[in-house]
Amino acid sequence: MIEASVIASPILGVVFCLLHVIVSLVHTWSHLVHQIQCLIISSGLLSKYQNINLNRLRHLAVVIDSEDAKNKSKVHQLLCWLSDIGVKYVILYDIEGVMKKSDKAYEKNSANPSETKCMDFAPNMPLIFDMFGMTVEIISYTDGKEAVAKGANYLCSNYLKNQDDTLNKLGPKFTEPDISSALKAVGHDGPEPDLLLVYGPARCHLGFPAWRLRYTEIVHMGPLTSMKLSAVVKVLYDFSKKHQNYGK
Amino acid sequence: MEKNDKSMITKAIGHVSFVMRKCLFGILSIGPVPAHIAFIMDGNRRYAKRHALHQDSTNPGSGHRVGFKCLISTLQYCYEMGVKYVTVYAFSIDNFKRDPQEVQSLMDLMKEKIDELLTEDSVLKKFDARINFWGDLQLLSEPVRLTAKKAMDMTVHNKGPVLSVCVAYTSTNEITHAIEASVREKQENAPIEVSDLDRNMYTAGCLEPDIIIRTSGETRLSNFLLWQSDFAHLQNPNPLWPEFSLRHLVWAVLEYQNVHGYLKKRKGEIEKNK
Repeated sequence: MIEASVIASPILGVVFCLLHVIVSLVHTWSHLVHQIQCLIISSGLLSKYQNINLNRLRHLAVVIDSEDAKNKSKVHQLLCWLSDIGVKYVILYDIEGVMKKSDKAYEKNSANPSETKCMDFAPNMPLIFDMFGMTVEIISYTDGKEAVAKGANYLCSNYLKNQDDTLNKLGPKFTEPDISSALKAVGHDGPEPDLLLVYGPARCHLGFPAWRLRYTEIVHMGPLTSMKLSAVVKVLYDFSKKHQNYGK
Repeated sequence: MEKNDKSMITKAIGHVSFVMRKCLFGILSIGPVPAHIAFIMDGNRRYAKRHALHQDSTNPGSGHRVGFKCLISTLQYCYEMGVKYVTVYAFSIDNFKRDPQEVQSLMDLMKEKIDELLTEDSVLKKFDARINFWGDLQLLSEPVRLTAKKAMDMTVHNKGPVLSVCVAYTSTNEITHAIEASVREKQENAPIEVSDLDRNMYTAGCLEPDIIIRTSGETRLSNFLLWQSDFAHLQNPNPLWPEFSLRHLVWAVLEYQNVHGYLKKRKGEIEKNK
Protein backbone atom coordinates (compact mmCIF):
# COMPACT_ATOMS: atom_id res chain seq x y z
CA MET A 1 0.00 0.00 0.00
CA ILE A 2 1.45 3.39 -1.00
CA GLU A 3 1.78 5.74 1.98
CA ALA A 4 0.14 9.15 1.76
CA SER A 5 3.51 10.85 2.26
CA VAL A 6 4.92 9.14 -0.87
CA ILE A 7 2.08 10.64 -2.92
CA ALA A 8 2.13 14.01 -1.12
CA SER A 9 5.90 14.70 -1.36
CA PRO A 10 6.11 15.12 -5.15
CA ILE A 11 2.93 17.23 -5.10
CA LEU A 12 4.40 19.49 -2.40
CA GLY A 13 7.61 19.67 -4.42
CA VAL A 14 5.69 20.78 -7.51
CA VAL A 15 3.83 23.45 -5.52
CA PHE A 16 7.16 24.62 -4.06
CA CYS A 17 8.64 25.00 -7.58
CA LEU A 18 5.48 26.77 -8.71
CA LEU A 19 5.79 29.32 -5.89
CA HIS A 20 9.36 30.07 -6.95
CA VAL A 21 8.30 30.37 -10.59
CA ILE A 22 5.78 33.01 -9.44
CA VAL A 23 8.56 34.85 -7.58
CA SER A 24 10.73 34.77 -10.74
CA LEU A 25 7.83 36.08 -12.87
CA VAL A 26 7.25 38.96 -10.46
CA HIS A 27 11.00 39.79 -10.54
CA THR A 28 10.98 39.69 -14.34
CA TRP A 29 8.01 42.07 -14.43
CA SER A 30 9.67 44.46 -11.95
CA HIS A 31 12.87 44.33 -14.01
CA LEU A 32 10.91 45.16 -17.18
CA VAL A 33 9.21 48.13 -15.54
CA HIS A 34 12.59 49.31 -14.25
CA GLN A 35 14.16 49.03 -17.73
CA ILE A 36 11.34 51.15 -19.19
CA GLN A 37 11.83 53.77 -16.46
CA CYS A 38 15.59 53.83 -17.20
CA LEU A 39 14.87 54.22 -20.92
CA ILE A 40 12.61 57.19 -20.29
CA ILE A 41 15.18 58.79 -17.96
CA SER A 42 18.05 58.31 -20.42
CA SER A 43 15.93 59.81 -23.25
CA GLY A 44 15.93 63.10 -21.35
CA LEU A 45 12.15 63.45 -21.70
CA LEU A 46 11.66 64.10 -17.99
CA SER A 47 13.33 67.34 -16.96
CA LYS A 48 13.14 66.50 -13.24
CA TYR A 49 16.00 64.00 -13.71
CA GLN A 50 18.24 66.52 -15.47
CA ASN A 51 19.12 68.71 -12.47
CA ILE A 52 19.02 66.66 -9.30
CA ASN A 53 19.47 68.51 -6.03
CA LEU A 54 22.38 66.76 -4.30
CA ASN A 55 22.51 69.07 -1.25
CA ARG A 56 21.39 66.29 1.08
CA LEU A 57 23.84 63.76 -0.38
CA ARG A 58 27.12 64.56 1.33
CA HIS A 59 28.50 61.00 1.25
CA LEU A 60 27.55 58.10 -1.01
CA ALA A 61 28.60 54.49 -0.35
CA VAL A 62 28.71 51.69 -2.90
CA VAL A 63 28.86 48.05 -1.76
CA ILE A 64 30.02 45.78 -4.58
CA ASP A 65 30.12 42.00 -4.47
CA SER A 66 33.79 41.00 -4.57
CA GLU A 67 33.37 38.91 -7.72
CA ASP A 68 31.82 41.92 -9.51
CA ALA A 69 34.51 44.21 -8.06
CA LYS A 70 37.19 42.34 -10.05
CA ASN A 71 35.73 44.06 -13.12
CA LYS A 72 37.94 47.16 -12.74
CA SER A 73 36.66 48.92 -15.85
CA LYS A 74 33.07 48.73 -14.59
CA VAL A 75 34.05 50.14 -11.21
CA HIS A 76 36.01 52.90 -12.90
CA GLN A 77 33.03 53.67 -15.16
CA LEU A 78 30.77 53.93 -12.11
CA LEU A 79 33.17 56.36 -10.44
CA CYS A 80 33.24 58.50 -13.59
CA TRP A 81 29.44 58.61 -13.67
CA LEU A 82 29.23 59.60 -10.01
CA SER A 83 31.81 62.32 -10.52
CA ASP A 84 29.93 63.65 -13.59
CA ILE A 85 26.66 63.74 -11.63
CA GLY A 86 28.34 65.85 -8.94
CA VAL A 87 28.85 63.43 -6.07
CA LYS A 88 31.65 64.76 -3.86
CA TYR A 89 32.52 61.79 -1.63
CA VAL A 90 32.21 58.10 -2.49
CA ILE A 91 32.94 55.17 -0.19
CA LEU A 92 33.63 51.96 -2.13
CA TYR A 93 33.27 48.73 -0.17
CA ASP A 94 33.80 45.10 -1.05
CA ILE A 95 34.11 42.40 1.53
CA GLU A 96 37.41 40.86 0.38
CA GLY A 97 39.29 44.12 -0.32
CA VAL A 98 39.55 43.47 -4.09
CA MET A 99 39.12 47.18 -4.84
CA LYS A 100 41.81 48.18 -2.32
CA LYS A 101 44.28 46.07 -4.29
CA SER A 102 43.03 47.59 -7.57
CA ASP A 103 43.32 51.28 -6.67
CA LYS A 104 46.28 51.78 -8.99
CA ALA A 105 44.04 50.68 -11.89
CA TYR A 106 41.73 53.63 -11.24
CA GLU A 107 44.73 55.98 -11.29
CA LYS A 108 45.97 54.53 -14.59
CA ASN A 109 42.54 54.78 -16.24
CA SER A 110 41.72 58.32 -15.25
CA ALA A 111 42.02 60.95 -18.01
CA ASN A 112 44.72 62.79 -16.13
CA PRO A 113 46.60 60.54 -13.69
CA SER A 114 47.88 63.60 -11.86
CA GLU A 115 44.24 64.22 -10.85
CA THR A 116 44.42 61.13 -8.66
CA LYS A 117 46.57 61.00 -5.61
CA CYS A 118 46.83 57.49 -4.22
CA MET A 119 48.08 56.30 -0.90
CA ASP A 120 49.95 53.02 -0.56
CA PHE A 121 47.83 49.91 -0.15
CA ALA A 122 47.38 48.74 3.47
CA PRO A 123 44.91 45.86 3.81
CA ASN A 124 43.55 46.79 7.25
CA MET A 125 43.21 50.51 6.67
CA PRO A 126 40.93 52.63 4.50
CA LEU A 127 42.39 53.89 1.25
CA ILE A 128 41.55 57.47 0.28
CA PHE A 129 42.32 59.33 -2.91
CA ASP A 130 40.96 62.09 -5.14
CA MET A 131 39.54 61.38 -8.54
CA PHE A 132 38.15 64.09 -10.85
CA GLY A 133 37.56 66.35 -7.83
CA MET A 134 35.69 63.61 -5.98
CA THR A 135 37.08 61.98 -2.82
CA VAL A 136 37.10 58.20 -3.06
CA GLU A 137 37.49 56.09 0.06
CA ILE A 138 37.99 52.34 -0.37
CA ILE A 139 37.26 50.02 2.57
CA SER A 140 36.71 46.32 3.19
CA TYR A 141 35.56 43.90 5.89
CA THR A 142 38.64 44.58 8.05
CA ASP A 143 37.54 48.23 8.38
CA GLY A 144 34.35 47.16 10.17
CA LYS A 145 34.31 45.05 13.33
CA GLU A 146 38.11 44.78 13.54
CA ALA A 147 38.33 48.58 13.48
CA VAL A 148 35.87 48.78 16.38
CA ALA A 149 38.05 46.27 18.28
CA LYS A 150 41.09 48.52 17.59
CA GLY A 151 39.09 51.48 18.92
CA ALA A 152 38.15 49.45 22.00
CA ASN A 153 41.83 48.69 22.66
CA TYR A 154 42.67 52.38 22.28
CA LEU A 155 39.99 53.31 24.86
CA CYS A 156 41.14 50.50 27.11
CA SER A 157 44.77 51.62 27.14
CA ASN A 158 43.72 55.20 27.98
CA TYR A 159 41.42 53.90 30.70
CA LEU A 160 44.18 51.78 32.26
CA LYS A 161 46.65 54.70 32.09
CA ASN A 162 44.22 56.85 34.09
CA GLN A 163 43.15 54.21 36.57
CA ASP A 164 44.08 56.30 39.54
CA ASP A 165 41.52 58.89 38.51
CA THR A 166 38.48 58.93 40.89
CA LEU A 167 36.00 58.65 38.03
CA ASN A 168 37.68 55.54 36.68
CA LYS A 169 37.30 53.81 40.04
CA LEU A 170 33.61 53.47 39.14
CA GLY A 171 34.54 51.34 36.13
CA PRO A 172 34.82 52.24 32.46
CA LYS A 173 32.06 54.52 31.17
CA PHE A 174 32.14 55.49 27.50
CA THR A 175 29.80 57.55 25.36
CA GLU A 176 29.16 57.27 21.63
CA PRO A 177 31.31 60.38 20.96
CA ASP A 178 34.14 58.57 22.85
CA ILE A 179 33.83 55.63 20.46
CA SER A 180 33.85 57.99 17.46
CA SER A 181 36.98 59.72 18.79
CA ALA A 182 38.66 56.35 19.36
CA LEU A 183 37.87 55.27 15.79
CA LYS A 184 39.38 58.54 14.59
CA ALA A 185 42.51 57.94 16.66
CA VAL A 186 43.03 54.51 15.09
CA GLY A 187 42.46 55.80 11.56
CA HIS A 188 38.90 54.58 10.97
CA ASP A 189 36.87 57.76 11.24
CA GLY A 190 35.19 57.78 7.83
CA PRO A 191 31.87 59.63 7.47
CA GLU A 192 28.43 58.03 7.62
CA PRO A 193 27.03 57.66 4.11
CA ASP A 194 23.60 59.17 3.47
CA LEU A 195 22.90 56.63 0.73
CA LEU A 196 24.33 53.17 0.04
CA LEU A 197 24.02 51.42 -3.31
CA VAL A 198 24.39 47.62 -3.31
CA TYR A 199 25.65 45.99 -6.51
CA GLY A 200 25.32 42.22 -6.28
CA PRO A 201 22.77 39.41 -6.22
CA ALA A 202 21.15 40.39 -2.91
CA ARG A 203 20.23 43.43 -0.83
CA CYS A 204 22.77 42.88 1.90
CA HIS A 205 25.49 45.23 3.17
CA LEU A 206 28.03 42.37 3.52
CA GLY A 207 29.72 43.74 6.63
CA PHE A 208 29.90 47.47 5.81
CA PRO A 209 31.17 49.17 9.01
CA ALA A 210 28.25 49.07 11.44
CA TRP A 211 29.20 52.31 13.19
CA ARG A 212 28.65 54.21 9.92
CA LEU A 213 25.26 52.78 8.91
CA ARG A 214 22.84 54.29 11.43
CA TYR A 215 20.48 56.22 9.13
CA THR A 216 21.84 55.23 5.72
CA GLU A 217 19.27 54.60 2.99
CA ILE A 218 20.16 51.23 1.42
CA VAL A 219 19.15 50.53 -2.19
CA HIS A 220 19.74 47.35 -4.18
CA MET A 221 20.96 48.01 -7.74
CA GLY A 222 21.38 44.46 -9.09
CA PRO A 223 24.59 43.05 -10.62
CA LEU A 224 27.39 45.48 -11.51
CA THR A 225 27.59 43.96 -15.00
CA SER A 226 24.16 45.38 -15.87
CA MET A 227 24.61 48.78 -14.20
CA LYS A 228 23.03 51.78 -15.93
CA LEU A 229 23.64 55.51 -15.52
CA SER A 230 19.89 56.14 -15.64
CA ALA A 231 19.35 53.71 -12.74
CA VAL A 232 21.88 55.66 -10.65
CA VAL A 233 20.19 58.93 -11.62
CA LYS A 234 16.80 57.54 -10.57
CA VAL A 235 18.07 56.44 -7.16
CA LEU A 236 19.72 59.81 -6.52
CA TYR A 237 16.52 61.62 -7.54
CA ASP A 238 14.39 59.41 -5.24
CA PHE A 239 16.86 60.04 -2.42
CA SER A 240 16.62 63.81 -2.91
CA LYS A 241 12.87 63.53 -2.18
CA LYS A 242 13.27 61.37 0.96
CA HIS A 243 12.28 62.58 4.38
CA GLN A 244 13.59 61.10 7.64
CA ASN A 245 12.12 61.54 11.12
CA TYR A 246 15.25 60.31 12.91
CA GLY A 247 13.05 58.54 15.43
CA LYS A 248 10.69 61.46 16.18
CA MET B 1 -27.69 28.70 21.32
CA GLU B 2 -26.76 31.19 18.62
CA LYS B 3 -23.62 32.23 20.52
CA ASN B 4 -22.57 28.57 20.80
CA ASP B 5 -23.10 28.08 17.06
CA LYS B 6 -21.00 31.15 16.28
CA SER B 7 -18.15 30.06 18.53
CA MET B 8 -18.21 26.56 16.99
CA ILE B 9 -17.98 28.05 13.49
CA THR B 10 -15.12 30.30 14.61
CA LYS B 11 -13.29 27.30 16.10
CA ALA B 12 -13.86 25.27 12.93
CA ILE B 13 -12.51 28.11 10.75
CA GLY B 14 -9.53 28.35 13.10
CA HIS B 15 -8.79 24.62 12.71
CA VAL B 16 -9.11 24.73 8.92
CA SER B 17 -6.80 27.79 8.77
CA PHE B 18 -4.29 26.00 10.97
CA VAL B 19 -4.28 22.91 8.72
CA MET B 20 -3.89 25.04 5.60
CA ARG B 21 -0.99 26.94 7.18
CA LYS B 22 0.62 23.63 8.13
CA CYS B 23 0.46 22.54 4.47
CA LEU B 24 1.84 25.87 3.29
CA PHE B 25 4.73 25.80 5.77
CA GLY B 26 5.41 22.18 4.85
CA ILE B 27 5.83 23.33 1.24
CA LEU B 28 8.11 26.23 2.23
CA SER B 29 10.28 23.96 4.35
CA ILE B 30 11.37 22.08 1.21
CA GLY B 31 13.74 25.03 0.87
CA PRO B 32 15.79 26.70 3.63
CA VAL B 33 13.65 28.24 6.38
CA PRO B 34 15.25 31.22 8.17
CA ALA B 35 16.24 30.49 11.76
CA HIS B 36 16.02 34.16 12.77
CA ILE B 37 13.80 36.93 11.38
CA ALA B 38 14.02 40.50 12.67
CA PHE B 39 11.30 43.10 12.15
CA ILE B 40 11.36 46.90 12.17
CA MET B 41 7.66 47.45 12.83
CA ASP B 42 7.34 50.71 10.93
CA GLY B 43 4.06 52.39 9.98
CA ASN B 44 1.79 52.23 13.04
CA ARG B 45 1.20 55.99 13.20
CA ARG B 46 0.66 56.27 9.45
CA TYR B 47 -1.82 53.39 9.65
CA ALA B 48 -3.76 55.21 12.38
CA LYS B 49 -3.81 58.40 10.28
CA ARG B 50 -4.83 56.57 7.09
CA HIS B 51 -7.65 54.72 8.82
CA ALA B 52 -8.68 57.73 10.88
CA LEU B 53 -8.25 55.81 14.12
CA HIS B 54 -8.68 57.97 17.19
CA GLN B 55 -5.07 59.06 17.35
CA ASP B 56 -5.34 62.19 19.42
CA SER B 57 -3.98 63.50 22.69
CA THR B 58 -6.15 61.07 24.68
CA ASN B 59 -5.05 58.00 22.71
CA PRO B 60 -1.80 58.57 20.83
CA GLY B 61 -1.00 54.83 20.69
CA SER B 62 -4.05 53.61 18.74
CA GLY B 63 -1.98 52.65 15.70
CA HIS B 64 0.40 50.75 17.96
CA ARG B 65 -2.46 48.73 19.47
CA VAL B 66 -3.36 47.47 16.01
CA GLY B 67 0.34 46.90 15.40
CA PHE B 68 0.56 44.70 18.49
CA LYS B 69 -2.22 42.43 17.15
CA CYS B 70 -0.21 42.10 13.96
CA LEU B 71 2.88 41.21 16.02
CA ILE B 72 1.02 38.39 17.76
CA SER B 73 -0.24 36.86 14.52
CA THR B 74 3.20 37.23 12.88
CA LEU B 75 4.83 35.52 15.87
CA GLN B 76 2.35 32.66 15.60
CA TYR B 77 3.07 32.19 11.89
CA CYS B 78 6.84 32.37 12.42
CA TYR B 79 6.82 29.80 15.21
CA GLU B 80 4.48 27.47 13.26
CA MET B 81 6.88 27.73 10.33
CA GLY B 82 9.82 26.71 12.53
CA VAL B 83 11.56 30.08 12.90
CA LYS B 84 13.50 29.76 16.16
CA TYR B 85 14.28 33.44 16.82
CA VAL B 86 12.12 36.51 16.19
CA THR B 87 13.47 39.94 17.07
CA VAL B 88 11.42 43.14 16.94
CA TYR B 89 12.41 46.79 17.16
CA ALA B 90 9.79 48.07 19.58
CA PHE B 91 11.27 51.35 20.79
CA SER B 92 14.47 53.13 19.82
CA ILE B 93 16.46 55.43 22.11
CA ASP B 94 15.78 58.04 19.39
CA ASN B 95 12.02 57.61 19.99
CA PHE B 96 12.39 59.30 23.39
CA LYS B 97 12.57 62.54 21.34
CA ARG B 98 8.86 62.18 20.54
CA ASP B 99 6.09 64.09 22.26
CA PRO B 100 6.22 63.15 25.99
CA GLN B 101 2.52 62.21 25.97
CA GLU B 102 3.11 59.80 23.09
CA VAL B 103 6.16 58.31 24.83
CA GLN B 104 4.19 57.80 28.06
CA SER B 105 1.33 56.22 26.14
CA LEU B 106 3.74 53.83 24.44
CA MET B 107 5.34 52.93 27.78
CA ASP B 108 1.89 52.22 29.26
CA LEU B 109 0.97 50.14 26.22
CA MET B 110 4.24 48.21 26.50
CA LYS B 111 3.59 47.33 30.14
CA GLU B 112 0.04 46.28 29.36
CA LYS B 113 1.12 44.08 26.45
CA ILE B 114 4.02 42.47 28.32
CA ASP B 115 1.54 41.46 31.03
CA GLU B 116 -0.77 40.13 28.32
CA LEU B 117 2.06 38.03 26.86
CA LEU B 118 2.49 36.28 30.21
CA THR B 119 -1.13 35.10 30.46
CA GLU B 120 -2.11 31.46 29.99
CA ASP B 121 -3.64 31.82 26.52
CA SER B 122 -0.86 33.95 25.03
CA VAL B 123 1.27 32.93 22.04
CA LEU B 124 4.36 32.71 24.30
CA LYS B 125 2.68 30.17 26.56
CA LYS B 126 1.36 28.19 23.58
CA PHE B 127 4.85 27.71 22.15
CA ASP B 128 6.77 27.65 25.48
CA ALA B 129 8.67 30.65 24.14
CA ARG B 130 11.29 32.69 25.95
CA ILE B 131 11.28 36.48 25.91
CA ASN B 132 14.30 38.79 26.01
CA PHE B 133 14.41 42.55 26.30
CA TRP B 134 17.48 44.09 24.67
CA GLY B 135 18.45 47.68 25.23
CA ASP B 136 19.44 50.21 27.88
CA LEU B 137 16.59 49.21 30.19
CA GLN B 138 17.66 51.82 32.77
CA LEU B 139 16.15 54.43 30.43
CA LEU B 140 12.69 52.88 30.87
CA SER B 141 10.31 53.96 33.60
CA GLU B 142 10.41 51.69 36.66
CA PRO B 143 7.02 49.97 36.11
CA VAL B 144 7.98 48.98 32.54
CA ARG B 145 11.48 47.92 33.56
CA LEU B 146 10.16 45.74 36.39
CA THR B 147 7.51 44.18 34.14
CA ALA B 148 10.15 43.40 31.52
CA LYS B 149 12.41 41.82 34.13
CA LYS B 150 9.49 39.78 35.46
CA ALA B 151 8.74 38.51 31.94
CA MET B 152 12.37 37.50 31.37
CA ASP B 153 12.57 35.72 34.74
CA MET B 154 9.30 33.86 34.16
CA THR B 155 10.33 32.54 30.74
CA VAL B 156 14.06 32.02 31.19
CA HIS B 157 13.72 28.23 31.41
CA ASN B 158 11.32 27.88 28.49
CA LYS B 159 12.63 25.55 25.82
CA GLY B 160 10.72 26.83 22.81
CA PRO B 161 11.42 29.63 20.32
CA VAL B 162 12.68 33.05 21.39
CA LEU B 163 11.14 36.51 21.10
CA SER B 164 13.62 39.34 21.57
CA VAL B 165 12.19 42.81 22.00
CA CYS B 166 14.56 45.71 21.37
CA VAL B 167 13.42 48.53 23.61
CA ALA B 168 15.39 51.66 24.55
CA TYR B 169 17.80 50.23 22.00
CA THR B 170 20.16 51.43 19.31
CA SER B 171 23.00 49.50 17.74
CA THR B 172 25.55 52.18 18.53
CA ASN B 173 24.45 52.12 22.17
CA GLU B 174 24.77 48.32 22.14
CA ILE B 175 28.29 48.51 20.67
CA THR B 176 29.27 51.13 23.28
CA HIS B 177 27.92 48.91 26.04
CA ALA B 178 29.85 45.91 24.63
CA ILE B 179 33.09 47.92 24.56
CA GLU B 180 32.57 48.99 28.18
CA ALA B 181 31.99 45.39 29.25
CA SER B 182 35.02 44.18 27.29
CA VAL B 183 37.26 46.83 28.86
CA ARG B 184 35.91 45.97 32.31
CA GLU B 185 36.78 42.29 31.97
CA LYS B 186 40.03 42.74 30.08
CA GLN B 187 42.93 40.59 31.20
CA GLU B 188 46.52 41.90 31.18
CA ASN B 189 48.40 41.69 27.87
CA ALA B 190 45.41 40.26 26.02
CA PRO B 191 44.00 42.66 23.42
CA ILE B 192 40.25 43.01 22.98
CA GLU B 193 39.18 40.92 20.00
CA VAL B 194 36.01 40.98 17.90
CA SER B 195 34.93 37.79 19.68
CA ASP B 196 35.03 39.64 23.02
CA LEU B 197 32.75 42.33 21.63
CA ASP B 198 30.44 39.64 20.16
CA ARG B 199 30.24 38.00 23.58
CA ASN B 200 29.25 41.27 25.26
CA MET B 201 26.54 42.28 22.81
CA TYR B 202 22.92 42.08 24.04
CA THR B 203 22.43 39.50 21.28
CA ALA B 204 25.14 37.11 22.53
CA GLY B 205 23.98 33.50 22.28
CA CYS B 206 21.44 34.30 19.58
CA LEU B 207 21.99 33.47 15.92
CA GLU B 208 22.49 36.42 13.60
CA PRO B 209 19.35 37.40 11.70
CA ASP B 210 18.80 35.75 8.31
CA ILE B 211 16.24 38.36 7.27
CA ILE B 212 15.62 41.92 8.49
CA ILE B 213 12.23 43.19 7.37
CA ARG B 214 11.36 46.88 7.61
CA THR B 215 7.74 47.51 6.68
CA SER B 216 6.26 50.61 5.00
CA GLY B 217 8.87 50.57 2.25
CA GLU B 218 11.58 52.49 4.11
CA THR B 219 15.12 51.55 3.13
CA ARG B 220 17.20 52.33 6.23
CA LEU B 221 17.98 50.23 9.30
CA SER B 222 17.65 53.16 11.74
CA ASN B 223 20.37 51.90 14.07
CA PHE B 224 18.94 48.36 14.40
CA LEU B 225 21.15 45.25 14.57
CA LEU B 226 23.89 46.93 12.52
CA TRP B 227 26.60 44.72 14.11
CA GLN B 228 24.65 41.51 13.54
CA SER B 229 23.35 42.13 10.02
CA ASP B 230 26.49 41.47 7.94
CA PHE B 231 24.84 38.67 5.95
CA ALA B 232 21.16 39.37 6.62
CA HIS B 233 18.85 39.71 3.63
CA LEU B 234 17.41 43.21 3.97
CA GLN B 235 13.81 43.48 2.84
CA ASN B 236 11.52 46.51 2.77
CA PRO B 237 7.97 45.53 1.76
CA ASN B 238 5.54 48.40 1.15
CA PRO B 239 2.69 47.49 3.56
CA LEU B 240 2.58 49.38 6.85
CA TRP B 241 3.27 47.18 9.88
CA PRO B 242 -0.41 46.66 10.87
CA GLU B 243 -1.04 45.52 7.25
CA PHE B 244 1.75 42.91 7.33
CA SER B 245 0.09 39.51 6.97
CA LEU B 246 0.77 35.84 6.32
CA ARG B 247 1.16 36.34 2.57
CA HIS B 248 3.82 39.02 3.11
CA LEU B 249 5.68 36.70 5.47
CA VAL B 250 5.51 33.82 2.97
CA TRP B 251 6.77 36.15 0.23
CA ALA B 252 9.64 37.27 2.48
CA VAL B 253 10.71 33.65 3.03
CA LEU B 254 10.49 32.87 -0.71
CA GLU B 255 12.71 35.92 -1.46
CA TYR B 256 15.17 34.76 1.19
CA GLN B 257 15.27 31.24 -0.30
CA ASN B 258 16.24 32.82 -3.66
CA VAL B 259 19.39 34.42 -2.24
CA HIS B 260 20.18 31.99 0.58
CA GLY B 261 22.88 30.13 -1.39
CA TYR B 262 24.75 33.34 -2.24
CA LEU B 263 24.63 34.73 1.33
CA LYS B 264 25.67 31.38 2.83
CA LYS B 265 28.65 31.26 0.45
CA ARG B 266 29.80 34.79 1.31
CA LYS B 267 29.42 34.15 5.03
CA GLY B 268 31.35 30.89 4.75
CA GLU B 269 34.25 32.64 2.99
CA ILE B 270 34.58 35.18 5.80
CA GLU B 271 34.36 32.53 8.53
CA LYS B 272 37.11 30.54 6.75
CA ASN B 273 39.40 33.60 6.68
CA LYS B 274 38.98 34.38 10.40
